[in-house]
Order: sequence, then structure tokens, then C-alpha cells
Amino acid sequence: MDVLLEPLQYGFMQRSLIVAVLVGLICAVVGSYLMVQRLALLGDAISHSVLPGLAIAFMIGANIFVGAFIAGVLSTMAIAWIRTRSPIKEDAAMGIVFSACFALGITLITLIQRDNKIDLNHFLFGNILGVSVAEVWQTALISLLVLVVVKLLYKELLFYTFDPVGAQAAGLPTNLLNFGLMVLIALTIVASMKSVGVILVLALLITPGATAYLLVNRLHQVMLLGAAIGIIASTSGMYLSYFYNLPSGPAIVLVVSGLFGLALLFSPTHGVLTNPQPSLQEPKVWRELKGLLGRH
Amino acid sequence: MDLPINAFTSAYEINIDVPARLERAIAIQHLGVQYRSVQALRDITLTLEPGRLVGVIGPNGAGKSTLLQAMLGLVPVTHGSVNYHGKPLASQLDKIAYVPQRSQVDWTYPATVWDVVMMGRIRQAGWFRSFSASSRRTAEAALERVGMSAYRDRPIGQLSGGQQQRVFLARALTQQAEIYCFDEPFIGIDQRTEAVMFEVFRELADAEKHVMVVNHDLGDAIAHFDDLILLNTELIASGTRRQVLTRDHLYAAYGGKVAFFSGEAA
Repeated sequence: MDVLLEPLQYGFMQRSLIVAVLVGLICAVVGSYLMVQRLALLGDAISHSVLPGLAIAFMIGANIFVGAFIAGVLSTMAIAWIRTRSPIKEDAAMGIVFSACFALGITLITLIQRDNKIDLNHFLFGNILGVSVAEVWQTALISLLVLVVVKLLYKELLFYTFDPVGAQAAGLPTNLLNFGLMVLIALTIVASMKSVGVILVLALLITPGATAYLLVNRLHQVMLLGAAIGIIASTSGMYLSYFYNLPSGPAIVLVVSGLFGLALLFSPTHGVLTNPQPSLQEPKVWRELKGLLGRH
Repeated sequence: MDLPINAFTSAYEINIDVPARLERAIAIQHLGVQYRSVQALRDITLTLEPGRLVGVIGPNGAGKSTLLQAMLGLVPVTHGSVNYHGKPLASQLDKIAYVPQRSQVDWTYPATVWDVVMMGRIRQAGWFRSFSASSRRTAEAALERVGMSAYRDRPIGQLSGGQQQRVFLARALTQQAEIYCFDEPFIGIDQRTEAVMFEVFRELADAEKHVMVVNHDLGDAIAHFDDLILLNTELIASGTRRQVLTRDHLYAAYGGKVAFFSGEAA
């Protein structure tokens, strides 16, 4: 225990811990909506699209969180615009928009990097040990806002994400709900940029909810258990980053992916190895391997 | 094809004040829907009166589901209007319970039967509020009515097709609407569910509600409906079953594909 508590005497570790807990929490809550709507790719699209906004904000001396947030929301609008105004399908629209934005972001940051002390890698892969006091406050404010909105709109968002047509027919303002959801996702990604980085934030959005989904049956349970899983992953990743000098994003993602793997294999209801499938005598591991090979 | 609508005749039959019934009628005028280059519905004019169990029939791609969705404003209407109480129906969605095709939603969604039925009370509960005790009682009664009380806490992914459809029916009942619209509710369900559904439809019609059911199948079940709307992009016929199910109308709608008609027992 001392091994874990001892680093916390440093101010930067305390700040990292707060950010890790908050980011693990809100990513799982908001990401659950992406998972149930099969919109995982949208999370990826928004996260890659925040980079140019961040770079432009840095260039003109504005708050980089605000710049990143605006770029994230604009990217979702660009995707929707391409989808409705052309025969291009949504997944292709996402792919086009996010790779274009990502390319622009990398170009801009590379240009800034030459004469400023800004490290592209920190935005791409996260640097949770380097968060400032101001960033802790920003993350805390965003987290509070996100959680309050999810709490207030919980039943409407449940209806909308389960049955969008039914929700529209019941008179709910589904366009507004959808836009609100996009704003929540963009805010969450902006808050997580510093700890996991834009490339891997998708894992923290999707994997905790997906893990919880294998274990519980209702959306709010998925969110709560997902939040616990997300917090465990983000704090473990933070310690791994501290002890082994790893970039925090990959460390967090490896932990959360490991937890998902355990749930996938051993979940009481959906586990590959625990789910009873009678009439088969051979060991289950062997059966799964054969199934994988047999698909070719 | 300007067929007389049965608004007057049936009202005389059961001797209800005609103006009052007409006031609660749904008036569809010259309704047209176009998707890009495809005309899905053309110039539909109809009057629907309350208290009748109405089936919407026609071949695949005839625009049956589109008719419901256009009435509720769920698809862009390119022509015409749909009025109820003299105002656009699409602006009175609180009076409507719409049940989409079962295949339109993801039944692996992490929700229980109770979660889905309570969705019917969200609009009534209002923003930022939790459900009232009376909302919960309404939902419990609806679940009881469709015989699904025992499944209240069951994840929806574990239900059979018929049970899923009954959950949707219960959700519609909890909305306590004036107009009930069902899109293909009989696909992939069991006999018992079909029986429960027609019982509930009849109760709603007896309570002077509007009940519209899209049904692609011309099987025996069609004898349950009072009135029919026969579509094939245009309105082929509407009125009582007997008025609609004629050889000429069916030929106009289906071409030569339905050669017989034996199920008619009107």
C-alpha cells in the first residue's frame, strides 16, 4: 500500500490522481451512449478532429480546451452535413472528416512545435503526470457539467438512444437531444485529452461500458459499473506511467483492455468460457480456437 | 378514385352525434411524400374517424409505413396536410402513441421490460422530473393488460419476438393517447400475442380512440379490422372491409398477384 500512497506526497501526483478519477468516470458514462448507439467510430472521429482547434487556439493565444471543443462540435456537424447533402454514407463521412482534421492538426502542431515548447506527443498519447492546477480545475468543471446534464436528461436520452423514431413520435426534440449528446462527447474528449491523448481516448470511452455491458443489464448500471472500471483503469495507468515512465494513454488503455478481456472470458451471463453450452464435451478454450480457425 | 368515406354511415349505424365524431376525425388532404427521386405516396385524401379499428394494407413498397410516418411528421411531407381538431397532427404528438416496427430498435440494448414501458411516460413526466407514482401505476396496469407483469425486470434481449411486441404495446398503452399507430406489429409473433393485440386494439376502439395498424399480410387476421385503407403509392380504396376488399380494388393494388380472396367474412 505504501508503494501506492508514497508517490501521492508529490503535488503533481495528487493532481494526476484527481484527473484520472474524473476522466475515468465521465468517459465511461458518456461513452456508454456511444456504445449502445453503435457509434464508437464517432467517438474516434471527434477525438481526432479536436487537434486543429487545439492548435489554432494555441496559435492565437486562446484557451486550447475551448478551441478543441469547438473543433470537436464542428466536426460532428460536418459529418452530418456530408451525410444529409450527399449520397455518402455516415461511416465514410466520419472517416473522411476525421482523417482530414487529424492531418490538419498534426501539420499545424508540427509548425508550432518548431518555435514553441509544445509537445505533440502529449496530445496524441497523453501525459497525465504533467497536468497543471488550471487543467485540474478545467477537468473538474467539465466533469461536473457533463454529469449534471446526464443526470437531468437521463430518461430522455435513454428513450432517444434506444428508439430514436419512437422518441421523435412521442414529441421529444430528438435533434436537440442528439446535438446535446455530441456536445457531451466533445466535452468529455477535451477533458480527457491530457490524460489519455486523442488517439486512444476512444478506448476509455467504449471499453469500460462494453465491459460493464457483459456483466449488467440496465443502462444506468452499465454507466456506474463502467465508471468504476474506468476509474480503476485510469488510476492504474497513472501509476504505471509513474513507475515505468510510460506514456499514460497507452498504460491506461492496456489496463482497461485487460479488464474487458477478463469480462469477455468469465462474465457469468455472456462469458465465452463460463456461459454454459451443453452437449459439448471438449474443453471450451479448444472449441473457441477451433471456431476461430474454422471461419476461414 | 373518389370513393365515399364511411364517416357518415357508420356514425348513423351506432347513432352517435355526427358533428362530435367528425370533430375528432383525422383529416388527411392531398398528402404526398417524395424521397429524392422516389414518389412514396401521392395525393392521399382520407378522413379517419375515432372508434374504428383501421388496417392499412397494400403490397410491399406501397407506402403503408410512410403513411403513418408522414401523418406524424417523422418523414418530410412534400404535399398536403394532416389535421386533427383543426390543427396539424404533427404538432400534437402528445396525443399519439406510435409503435415502430420491432426490427427498427436494437433489442440488445441494456434495458429491462420496465425501462421500456416507462418510456411511454417520459413525455408526460416532463423535463428534469422523475416519474410519479401514478405514472408507475399506469405502466404496471399496461404490463398486466398485455400479460407481461412477470417479466418486468427481465432484460429485453431475453424476450421472444411476441413478448417484445407486447412490451411495445404496453409502452403505447402507458402513453394514454388518443391516436394509436402500429407499424407491422404482427411480424414474427406467436398466436397468443396476436390474440392479445387484437383484444387491446378492440378495447381502444371501443373507447373511441383512433387505432391504425399497418399490416402487409392479407391472411385471416384481416377480418378483425372494421375499416381498411388500401394503398399502392396512391389511395386505391378506403372504407369498410366490404367496400375495400373487392376484386377490382385488389387487382388495382396488387396486379395479378392476389388471385383469390376467401378470408372475407364481412
